[in-house]
Amino acid sequence: MRTSPITTPLLEAQNLMRRYWMRRGAFGKATEVRAVDGVSLSLERGKTLGLVGESGCGKSTTGRLVLGLETPDAGTVAFQGAPMPAPGTAPWRAQRARMQMVFQDPLGALDRRLTIGVQVREPLDIHGIGDAAAREKRVLHLLHATGLRPEQAERYPHELSGGQRQRAVLARALATDPALLVCDEPISALDVSIQAQVMNLLVKLQREFGTAILFISHDLRAVRQVSHRVAVMYLGRIVEEGEPDDVLHSPAHPYSQALVSAIPHPGRGGQRILLQGDPPNPADRPSGCAFHPRCPVAFARCSQESPALTARPDGRLVACHLAHEPAIARAA
Amino acid sequence: MTALVTLRDLAVSFDGTPALRGIDLAIARGEALGMVGESGCGKSVTWLAALGLLPGKARVTGSVTLDRAEILHAKPAVLDRLRGGRIAMIFQDPASSLNPVHRLGKQVCEALRLHRGLTGAAARAEAKRLFDLVGIPDAARRLDAFPHELSGGQNQRVMIAMALAGEPELLIADEPTTALDVTIQAQILDLLARLRREMNMALVLISHDLGVVADACDRVAVMYAGRIVEEAPIARIFAEPAHPYTHGLIGALPPIDGPRRPLAAIPGQVPDPRAMPKGCAFAPRCPRRIDACEVAIPESRVMAAEHRAACLRAEAFEAVHA
Amino acid sequence: MLRFFGFRLLRAAITIVMVVTFAFVVLRLSGDPALLIMSVDAPPEAVAAFRTAWGLDEPLWVQYFKYFSAIFEGDLGRSMRDGRPALTLVLERVPATLALTIPALLIKLCIGIPAGITAALHRNSLLDRLVMALAVAGFTIPSFVLGLLLVLLFAVQLGWLPSGGQESWRHAILPVITLGVGGAAVLARFTRSAMLEVLGQPYIRTASAKGVPWRAVVWGHALPNAAIPTVTIVGFMVGSLIAGAVVVESVFSWPGVGRLLVVAVANRDLAVVQCILLLVAATMVTSNLVVDLLYGALDPRLRSGLASAPKGAAA
Ligand SMILES: Nc1ncnc2c1ncn2[C@@H]1O[C@H](COP(=O)(O)OP(=O)(O)OP(=O)(O)O)[C@@H](O)[C@H]1O
Ligand SMILES: Nc1ncnc2c1ncn2[C@@H]1O[C@H](COP(=O)(O)OP(=O)(O)OP(=O)(O)O)[C@@H](O)[C@H]1O
Ligand code: SF4
Ligand SMILES: [Mg+2]
Ligand SMILES: [Mg+2]
Repeated sequence: MRTSPITTPLLEAQNLMRRYWMRRGAFGKATEVRAVDGVSLSLERGKTLGLVGESGCGKSTTGRLVLGLETPDAGTVAFQGAPMPAPGTAPWRAQRARMQMVFQDPLGALDRRLTIGVQVREPLDIHGIGDAAAREKRVLHLLHATGLRPEQAERYPHELSGGQRQRAVLARALATDPALLVCDEPISALDVSIQAQVMNLLVKLQREFGTAILFISHDLRAVRQVSHRVAVMYLGRIVEEGEPDDVLHSPAHPYSQALVSAIPHPGRGGQRILLQGDPPNPADRPSGCAFHPRCPVAFARCSQESPALTARPDGRLVACHLAHEPAIARAA
Repeated sequence: MTALVTLRDLAVSFDGTPALRGIDLAIARGEALGMVGESGCGKSVTWLAALGLLPGKARVTGSVTLDRAEILHAKPAVLDRLRGGRIAMIFQDPASSLNPVHRLGKQVCEALRLHRGLTGAAARAEAKRLFDLVGIPDAARRLDAFPHELSGGQNQRVMIAMALAGEPELLIADEPTTALDVTIQAQILDLLARLRREMNMALVLISHDLGVVADACDRVAVMYAGRIVEEAPIARIFAEPAHPYTHGLIGALPPIDGPRRPLAAIPGQVPDPRAMPKGCAFAPRCPRRIDACEVAIPESRVMAAEHRAACLRAEAFEAVHA
Repeated sequence: MLRFFGFRLLRAAITIVMVVTFAFVVLRLSGDPALLIMSVDAPPEAVAAFRTAWGLDEPLWVQYFKYFSAIFEGDLGRSMRDGRPALTLVLERVPATLALTIPALLIKLCIGIPAGITAALHRNSLLDRLVMALAVAGFTIPSFVLGLLLVLLFAVQLGWLPSGGQESWRHAILPVITLGVGGAAVLARFTRSAMLEVLGQPYIRTASAKGVPWRAVVWGHALPNAAIPTVTIVGFMVGSLIAGAVVVESVFSWPGVGRLLVVAVANRDLAVVQCILLLVAATMVTSNLVVDLLYGALDPRLRSGLASAPKGAAA
């Protein structure tokens, strides 16, 4: 494991829980949706944690919680060893400059009426960093670092390609020299050939600026490419966590196994694990292990008792009744 | 083996801007062809044009034959019998591709009435069978549901059921899994493969993801800027890609094992369709460009059996990798 | 569902109360009915007596309170001019107004909707441009100008039709056309854009790809969807059946509710004005309720509730 006992991690989230109240139908009773249900994670400086899982499993909510954009209903987030200040306060605003978010849709994240240069400079203006000349220099440096040409500062978002827009978003996010970057599906909207450009860029920028990254995606290939650790989420909980290569090559949780086998791969059509049924409804969480209705190896205990996320001897964290009994796990 | 559907020199332009610049393609009975390429390269337009589904402002030229009969610019009555009958098409976004105000059963029965003459209880029974076939749980009740009451994956299955209603000889699936979760994507690809086997149906699978296509198809056509730049059996495309763009696509795919190095991203971006390069459209991004590339559009040439590529330096490229 | 309609009904009631209150306040503050109704040289005692008789000397809030409690007993007051119950006076005029507005509504629907659909189906063609040019013209010319033009042409110049009055059905022709043209233009524009919006939707392409003939695509797939937004504007037109003819009735001296309103306002005949406003508000509100119901019938997404869209919430 990479965690060293001496240094405190940059980001430490304990048992995060976030509920939403949602009405079924315009007149129905509000039901509770546990978008995030007891998630703990930690992230070190200069490292990337990949977060994968199906749509609606709570990845984005987790991202917003660790950034302090939303307050958890339970659990704590510590940034650089100190608890997160309350949203809206002055210390919170100061902290916000140290953490940035990058979203899936670069066109939506940019203001279509402002030029790229103005938008990259905006965080510097807001947080009052440097004088005018220093800001100009910093903007040019950021554009260069993200692979944009200086004259592209004069362009409007719609005049750039998808990959260039996402570069501009990254340049803006990096303007305040953040210690933490939460990238929520930063490449999903991009073409395959552009995805590679952005992934390379993220790795390069991390090396250059030492930023820690929480990389949210549903694409395990992409996560492996950029992450040092990976956490697999299912219905608001982390079900497996480990080194990307280990998880990819010997996934321990049945859900991770299905996810890994679903990675399209030339010449390996037949042997996919096909999950039955649809992704679950967070408003109607199954009893016991939330995965048991779709799990190909579920047994009686799974529908009654919820498995805890615990470490195996090799250090992998898994939340499955079977994963800690190697004999059965292998048979499965 | 005679081809089921043949496209010859199919070209499309919108308001004078070319979108397709001459497509030649043949699909045999029961075959699965994948079409990959960057967003906007013309994958969807190819088949929308072939089936006469483009809006009126599109100018379409060339030839599309089904069993040697010309169908491009055919009479509406001819096209209506063929669309959804011999050739069916399913679209990328299942939620907005189904009519929100009609029940799902009604939408499927409409196709059954048009192409198989089924009405009333017989149509309903067949619709239920199709729903069961594509794996929609609780099929009988879902027939009376509206699209918004189903999940994206279920709606995509309804689209497939609707396409199968006419027992097509060719199914064109335009990005059938893009909007779906990975595990659902696996279910749909599996379903398509099974249906193809069982019904001896030809399949065109459009995707921008080479991985998805590799999984489900026998052969792949790689498109770039309104042309097919390479065409080959799946195994060969990965083993010996001849066109630098194909090579770039494969390089851009993050590997699932081995050491992690920077991906071989293709630099630059797709050319503006209003200002196409005079020669090879890929030349501005191509690592192997020579001066001749910028003079004329490279002809498509045979590399090996069933393997064609439109690149001046295709052989040289292969030699390097061999 | 019950809660839904309970809520709508409550909102409707509040709307009506607000309209009535507003009218009450504005009317009382804008002039003294006693001075207007009595002749200018009436003795001050007579004016004072008039005020006492109609309760105008009481504080405004007392008048308001009395007015409201009377409404609940079904008493909408009496006309200050001839002392007849205001409600009777108004209801007498309703048939005359409906005799204009209902045929006009039919014209709007029968011309506006088909014109809009045709224009949309032949987008950018000569036909489309012609329809839209006519619609813009019909929509920008004020109805009194149009009415006067029609009178000049058909009554004065050609002498085919009478220019005013209510003696026969021929008297209704010009006012009905005047009323119908503007509404048809609005409806044509609205239907066209609703139709264009729907025709661009992916499910229309799906229907074609399924082999549905184009006519059936338009009738079976496009129209039911385009009807949803169009219902709003038709509902508004239905809601203005009673009050929508004020100008036209004046131009053609047609003795309907609109004319009554004009006269009553000029005279500060408070009870009558308020009675009309109450009636207008009630029809408007009722037609709104019907539109809501129709929405539910036309759009299954609304029937099962809007809030069940977790994806949208998460974005
Ligand atoms: N503001 C909100 N109100 C109500 N429910 C919400 C809200 N935000 C999120 N949810 C619900 O919480 C769950 C988790 O949502 P979240 O956006 O975190 O998922 P996600 O893993 O990011 O999914 P995706 O891959 O689709 O982005 C979902 O079921 C969602 O419907
Ligand atoms: N109705 C239309 N009007 C004008 N241009 C169009 C129209 N439809 C498609 N195009 C243009 O034609 C080109 C090819 O589009 P097409 O939809 O075939 O791309 P694609 O390869 O399917 O891309 P994607 O992967 O994004 O679906 C694009 O440049 C697009 O802008
Ligand atoms: S023809 Fe030339 S520019 Fe085009 S792909 Fe081949 S080498 Fe590159
Ligand atoms: Mg998300
Ligand atoms: Mg497409």
